[in-house]
Amino acid sequence: MRSAWRGLQAALAAIVNWRFFKPAVFIACAIDLVWLSYDFYLVWTLKDTSALGVDPKKTLLHETGQTALLILLLTLSVTPFRRIFSVNGIIRVRRMLGVWSFTYALAHLSIYLGFDQLCFSAAGCQWHDIWQDIGKRPFIFMGMLAFTCLLLLALTSTTGWVRRLKKNWTRLHRLVYVAAAAAITHFVWIQKSDIREPLEWGTWLLGLLLFRIAWVVFKRRARTVVA
Amino acid sequence: MLVKIRSSADLPYSEVTPEHLYRSRRDFIKTATAGAIGAFAAGVVGCGPETEAAGQGALAAKKTINVDPAVDPVNTLEQITTYNNYYEFGTRKADPARTSGRLTTKPWTVKVDGLVDKPGDYGLEDLIDFKNLEERVYRHRCVEAWSMVIPWIGVPLSSVLDKVKPQGRAQFVEFTTLNRPTEMPGWNTAGIPLPYVEGLRMDEARHPLTLMVVGLYGQVLPNQNGAPLRVHIPWKYGFKSGKSIVRIRLTDTMPRNTWAIQTPSEYGFYANVNPTVDHPRWSQAREQRLPGLFKDRQTLMFNGYGEQVASLYAGMDLRKFF
Repeated sequence: MRSAWRGLQAALAAIVNWRFFKPAVFIACAIDLVWLSYDFYLVWTLKDTSALGVDPKKTLLHETGQTALLILLLTLSVTPFRRIFSVNGIIRVRRMLGVWSFTYALAHLSIYLGFDQLCFSAAGCQWHDIWQDIGKRPFIFMGMLAFTCLLLLALTSTTGWVRRLKKNWTRLHRLVYVAAAAAITHFVWIQKSDIREPLEWGTWLLGLLLFRIAWVVFKRRARTVVA
Repeated sequence: MLVKIRSSADLPYSEVTPEHLYRSRRDFIKTATAGAIGAFAAGVVGCGPETEAAGQGALAAKKTINVDPAVDPVNTLEQITTYNNYYEFGTRKADPARTSGRLTTKPWTVKVDGLVDKPGDYGLEDLIDFKNLEERVYRHRCVEAWSMVIPWIGVPLSSVLDKVKPQGRAQFVEFTTLNRPTEMPGWNTAGIPLPYVEGLRMDEARHPLTLMVVGLYGQVLPNQNGAPLRVHIPWKYGFKSGKSIVRIRLTDTMPRNTWAIQTPSEYGFYANVNPTVDHPRWSQAREQRLPGLFKDRQTLMFNGYGEQVASLYAGMDLRKFF
């Protein structure tokens, strides 16, 4: 049993410490965006108007939103993964995952602004409608909240900002949990009846939070025992 | 007009095969046939039991109502049949096209009851005058702010009502959708109370634009679009237009409708297309005409049918009766 666990740890460490692990994660994150962009190109140039289904905007919105949330939860899973399997190397991809999540969130927001609110040109942009959406529609507000958090985190994700903010950087970056909770709420509130999908995401987030709490408690106990 | 009403007197119940046995027998025959064809003629015949199950047939209809194709180009059959809200078959738009194949629409009976002089279980042919089918191209506006243009085939609902003779006291019509979990893979996860029910005020039901639909694009209605019998009310949001109707009830009290039961703050009984009354979660001022990318069309009052229907709601506060 113990040796099987050691073997698993060693295997995971080998994967994570592989020279091309980081580029591989990068490519995995990019695939969806490349694929969507290509399909969008087909639709936009009328080469294949059904490449994104009957409602291309909905496909784009749903896909980008979903991938942003997936990568965000993966980002949050890095630390638990590292602690459970003792693979420190995994930390190398955390920042990159976070920035990818932001990238998809940015695409998601741009699709809403561009296609729903016609912001492809400043003249066409329905500023009034956007403002009303944020003020009157809780699910839009939640989406905007999640995006604002991710924007802040992405802007302060550079090594320079980590150094400048010191301890406050860790505090600020706890906002990632706010972003994830807001994103899932945003997802639940747009559903008409069937909320299984967002609830699955919510369960994942809840698991991560519980792990964090359990870890803090565990560390405190360990400290008391040592003392 | 001769109306054939099937009554229990025609056949004693003891001689009627119970529905579930009837169905499983059909399944057995289908499976057996498929197996036989598969075994002996795989790749040679090239047609499986789907051919029979789909029951595709051409419908002759005269074109009576059209749209200006320059303003409202008609959507393709593929678009109309692969983007459906039919939660009994799944809540994603592409689900019904994939999962509705098992639905049996033959035989089909519609129970007509309530305040009518001629209640009974009607066959499709008893309710619909298949010799006088009309093709009508209607704009279809979903409450979710997308729209399509669809060439339906059917007869005015009023002609159906004439056959069953509503009594003077009848003020509303209620439609009930088929409730058959064994043939509806999304039934358990629809998240809305089933069976799906919808209703209309009598004057709305009697309005010449209200269509009882049996076909689409010159063919029998595909399952995912509400085969074999659905209603379409072009000036109302799509959810008012119940699919796969198995019961028509005439009543003197306003019937409840599924979405208004599910979320009364968001969906009402009237559900008239109205750019000035927003859904609580999104604006109805503009709409996205599929398969377009942009939500760049101004929503028309009563979906552009105001000239014909606005008088039905004269003096009503449409904010209150949304």
